[in-house]
Amino acid sequence: MIGYDLRRNLTNNFMMCLMVGAALAVMAPLGIIFVHILKMGASSLSLDFFTQIPKPTGESGGGMANGLAGSAMMIGMSSCLGLPVGILGAVYLNEFGGNRFATAVRFSADVLAGIPSIITGMVAYTLLVVPMKGFSALAGAVALALIMIPIVLRTTEEQLKMVPGTLREASLALGVPCWRTSLKVTLVSARAGIITGVLLSIARVAGETAPLLFTALGNQFWSKRLTEPMAAIPLQIFNFAISPYEDWHKLAWAGALVLVVIMFTLNLTARYFGRIKHNG
Amino acid sequence: MSEPVSLIDTRVVKGDLLFKWIIFSLAAAVLLILLVMVVAMVRESLPSIRQFGAKFIVGREWDAVKGDFGALDFLYGSVISSVLALLLATPLSVGAALFITEIAPRRVGEIIAPIIELLAAIPSVIYGLWGVLVMAPWLQQSIQPWLIEHLGFLPFFQGAPYGVSMLAAVFILMIMVIPIITSITKEVLMAVPVSQKEAAYALGATRWEMFRMALIPYARSGVLGAVILGLGRAIGETMAVTMVIGNTPQISLSLLAPGYTMPSVIANEFAETTSKLHSSALMEIGLILLVVTLIINALARLLIWSVTRGDTGARA
Repeated sequence: MIGYDLRRNLTNNFMMCLMVGAALAVMAPLGIIFVHILKMGASSLSLDFFTQIPKPTGESGGGMANGLAGSAMMIGMSSCLGLPVGILGAVYLNEFGGNRFATAVRFSADVLAGIPSIITGMVAYTLLVVPMKGFSALAGAVALALIMIPIVLRTTEEQLKMVPGTLREASLALGVPCWRTSLKVTLVSARAGIITGVLLSIARVAGETAPLLFTALGNQFWSKRLTEPMAAIPLQIFNFAISPYEDWHKLAWAGALVLVVIMFTLNLTARYFGRIKHNG
Repeated sequence: MSEPVSLIDTRVVKGDLLFKWIIFSLAAAVLLILLVMVVAMVRESLPSIRQFGAKFIVGREWDAVKGDFGALDFLYGSVISSVLALLLATPLSVGAALFITEIAPRRVGEIIAPIIELLAAIPSVIYGLWGVLVMAPWLQQSIQPWLIEHLGFLPFFQGAPYGVSMLAAVFILMIMVIPIITSITKEVLMAVPVSQKEAAYALGATRWEMFRMALIPYARSGVLGAVILGLGRAIGETMAVTMVIGNTPQISLSLLAPGYTMPSVIANEFAETTSKLHSSALMEIGLILLVVTLIINALARLLIWSVTRGDTGARA
């Protein structure tokens, strides 16, 4: 009997060790990557990164100012396109969400969220780049908006669901029209959670590369119009990383560091807003 | 505001109708987007589907000059890289999730879990950057020569150490799906009722026996869902794989040889297609990818939902 219990305990301890080992094995490569980005990025980053455009091959220095501006512009445009659809679409699902149509919308959003982003890029190419006869920042922004919409829609609906019905009923009882109740009471009460979803969706598209490959295409110089190809940080990281030039690799590392910092800032801010929801 | 309000204010009714109509059309837009995407992909693939039929899936020619296209090499690359990555990632992720939820002190778990979630948010191009500039040279200099020397008698580890290879793609995909599988598995494990665990403990189970008898059986389909969701991510992953797999269309048993995947060939060739048929063939690859990911995701969601539905109480 003692031998049996001993074996059980040994098995238990052995398996526990395995799991601690698994946790360490999971953290190790991720930690190594993170440290590498910090180290390589910090040593390559300089003021030029934020003020210069990439130098031609062979010349050292240069920066990704055009990529930063391009990313910011395309994210801004895609937010203008995607956020209203996502947020107000979620209001519809929350207010009138019991029917078949709403189920179909939810299903489509979930499906869209799972589609590889490169396919979104192909579709934006077919629908915008081909008819407009050229790669453009506009097509890039639309592709990014298509990625944002399902994320924002689903997270916003989750948040709206948590607003107590009594709050809306109180507003309606005071004679406030339904539409004002939806916008000024329900949406506003859920704002912290909605901001979380919006920030997370922005963080997601800020790092997207694949959908921009055939839409915004990238640009070594400044873009003057929205109908021209435009640079973006992830595109530049990709192009520079696969190039054989040491100087461009350095720029890629610096870009990666900047992107990771932006990403973490957005995520941590999102978390901060996510926490407000629980307290208030 | 100051105007008198009758019991039924027509303006209010009209305003509500207008509002309802606006938000309805925005919700309908989501449905429409999916429809348009599928229709566009199918329409653009038609020339290739008509030209090659089923031969497209089993054909191995990929010649843009002759206009002969078959996608088998890319299908092979996608399936092998994703499945192997999942085989490596699953035990690690489940172990880590069990560690976070059940073994680690609450404080430690609360620190590790958000870090892993944060890592899931790192863009794939950055994993690719690290993969091509750090991991691939490291594989070439240390891991691959070792494999060739000690396991070279196996067909999987033959050939020259290139660095960029199927092995590199498997590793980078493994690293990328681990955070996803870990965090979903964690959610699923946390949805297991405490009574299940307590019942096992009450019968005198050790912690491992509790895992084996109560926790894992209850969470099994949810964990499977998490793994399948990871598979969906891996198969659609574009940038990181394109950067490390070597982009050579071939079917080689050896993991040290370069390969090619469906998203990679799209990423590399779609912007510079030489003919209508070429772009249509790439579209068809995209369509195959789309169908595969749709099936995978539907399956994953169904499985995860079957475990967590009691917890989230989703409204119909």
